Amino acid sequence: MDLNYTTEEQAFQQEVRSFFEDKLPNDLSRKVKENKRLTKQDMETWHAILNDAGYLNAHWPEAFGGKGWNAIQRDMFDVEGNAAGAPRVVPFGINMLAPVLMAFGSEEQQEYHLPRILDGTNWWCQGYSEPGSGSDLASLKMSAVRDGDEYVLNGQKTWTTLGQHANWIFCLVRTSKEGKPQEGISFMLVDMNTPGVEVRPIILLEGTHEVNEVWFTDVRVPAANLVGEENKGWTYAKYLLVHERSGIAGVGDAMAGIEHLKHIAKDQKMNGKPLAEDARFAARLAEIEIDLAAMRTTNMRIMQAAAAGAPPGPEVSMLKIKGTVLRQTINDLTRRALGPYAMPFVSEALDLGYNDEPIGPDYANPVATDYFNHRKTSIYGGSNEIQRNIISKMMMGL
Amino acid sequence: MDFSHTEERQMLADMVGRFVRDQYDIDTRHANAKLEQGYSPEHWEQLAELGVIGALFGEDVGGFGGAGFDIAVVFEELGRGLVVEPFLATLLGGTALAATQSHADQLEAAMAGGGQLALAHGEPASRYTLSHVDTKAEKTADGFRLNGNKAVVISGGSAETLVVSARTSGEASASDGISLFLVPAATKGVHVRSYGTVDGYQAAEIALNDVDVSSDALIGAEGQGLAAIEQANAAGILAVSAEALGAIEVALDMTLEYLKTRKQFGVPIGKFQALQHRMADMMIEREQIRSALINAAGHLNGAAAERDWHMSALKNLIGRSGRKIAEESIQMHGGIAMTWEYAVGHFAKRIIMIDHLFGDEDHHLQQIVTA
Repeated sequence: MDLNYTTEEQAFQQEVRSFFEDKLPNDLSRKVKENKRLTKQDMETWHAILNDAGYLNAHWPEAFGGKGWNAIQRDMFDVEGNAAGAPRVVPFGINMLAPVLMAFGSEEQQEYHLPRILDGTNWWCQGYSEPGSGSDLASLKMSAVRDGDEYVLNGQKTWTTLGQHANWIFCLVRTSKEGKPQEGISFMLVDMNTPGVEVRPIILLEGTHEVNEVWFTDVRVPAANLVGEENKGWTYAKYLLVHERSGIAGVGDAMAGIEHLKHIAKDQKMNGKPLAEDARFAARLAEIEIDLAAMRTTNMRIMQAAAAGAPPGPEVSMLKIKGTVLRQTINDLTRRALGPYAMPFVSEALDLGYNDEPIGPDYANPVATDYFNHRKTSIYGGSNEIQRNIISKMMMGL
Repeated sequence: MDFSHTEERQMLADMVGRFVRDQYDIDTRHANAKLEQGYSPEHWEQLAELGVIGALFGEDVGGFGGAGFDIAVVFEELGRGLVVEPFLATLLGGTALAATQSHADQLEAAMAGGGQLALAHGEPASRYTLSHVDTKAEKTADGFRLNGNKAVVISGGSAETLVVSARTSGEASASDGISLFLVPAATKGVHVRSYGTVDGYQAAEIALNDVDVSSDALIGAEGQGLAAIEQANAAGILAVSAEALGAIEVALDMTLEYLKTRKQFGVPIGKFQALQHRMADMMIEREQIRSALINAAGHLNGAAAERDWHMSALKNLIGRSGRKIAEESIQMHGGIAMTWEYAVGHFAKRIIMIDHLFGDEDHHLQQIVTA
């Protein structure tokens, strides 16, 4: 055990710091730090900058053009990036689909899709959940019926994050009703410009358009778009869930959130003194910092063990639960730190170019919506209750 | 940065683990606790011969370990057996000696299993404040005269030699003016009232009434003893937290096994989601505790401010999550855990009472706030 950074690790840290200093556009980092809305263009700009620098897929294996970054390097990039106000990378292509294609896709699929993920030609979204299949995902009904060299898709996906920007979707579809529900699921790649695909917005409780419904009516997909074998999709989906989730703990984001909260707590006054000096507030903040310092190490330990060959399984569920709850606690404390000024909300002020006088402190406007938005994190990606089921079954044999 | 143990350290952990597994079942432990000294001299000697005491100290003072991770792996294994032999007292007294680079012979004797040490620092009114020392040391013609009372001195009753803190100058909570003295327990005027603790260990109230010691008894520089006490305290936090983790591992293993075998309503109770999810949360907290332990171990011999932050983080988490795991281990077992005969309660008791050593959950949360 050694908690000190090696000379190489220190050099790497300097390298990524310089990268964020030199290459992260100011208007982007300002938006991120001020919790403003990112446009499609913003996300594409950042994607391209990362790709130019070779950082977009640095965590990919070297055989697929990545740098094979280890747990320490990933942690550093995550923490430094969040501290600098870098936007989150849209993960669906680069972090979720790509590992599945590398493991189970055909050579043709790899050669066609991986470069297009990197250069941004294809923006991927995820077609997993259905209106009747949330936590019980394996009960999904969207059908894919083989017809010659094609599959014909019918059904509906939902909670499709950023589907309004996407031109490709990877879907879990039902190709068989025989046997256990898990045994009739296939993993399918669908060009969203195919006739019969329709995206409808879902507006979230805080008013943002982040997720969508995607409807499929007699959508004809080439059979070559099936990943791996028919009826093996559940295995691939599970692989996706545990394989590339190094970011799932959200360490860097939580650290940046704490810095933001500290900034607010110094500025907000309570009985004439900074809120930061209030004993109860300070104690709540301290508890979060303690948990986060431990979680950062937990995250690196699990990722390092995974790199050494122990495939991450239920450990990822632990990170998901701890990471989301911790981030939600930070959001909760930030909201309460504002007092009455958590209430005013000017939607237009979330867009860059809004120049009116802010209502209350300039950091107040997005805080409550951000709090509400983050309630999703303990629900998506397998609700935290499902994660506890996984831990119970896989780790404890219950 | 690397999160795997060196081969040597893994061997040390395995060796202590093997001793606990093969020779230290819960009945042995209870029997040892009932012996006159509160532990078994035979086991103590055996562990000293295996080098387990020496592993707690650095090579500069004659040991062959002394890194935070050495202390952590030893105490984690000791915690799995609820070992009552006086490791903690020896670590505390020895660390104070090592930090002041004095009385090397005493420390070497202690590492060999003789001349047991204890750190007599806490007082009836000091609670967890390290700088609070009321005990006075007045200069005499050829040394010092000590007067005062020391509270809950770990293994104080079986110690041959006490490391005593006393004020040579300053007000009761001043940082400066605290001196350390090496005092044989048999010295005239030292009154030791030894007792058992609720979790099966030994401690003592020690009264010092006109205790005369020579000037050789002074450890380190006069009035500058606090830094050594803080280092000993940090080592103590690390040690009992590692011990708590060992006890937590056992309590969780026992609880999990029970959930799989105990049947109610015709099924193993582990089939009930109400219990599964609580168990899953405990597994997460256990990993968090292990991470905090690693963070603290890595900073034991580093800069004081970082050392203390990580020690406080660790001890707060042990208090907060350790209590939850101890209480849930009892609750999920049900009535059987309330019996003396069933071991899980003894592990729970140790986990809980560790919160009372070197500052509890609230104390360390406050330390983080004021850091």
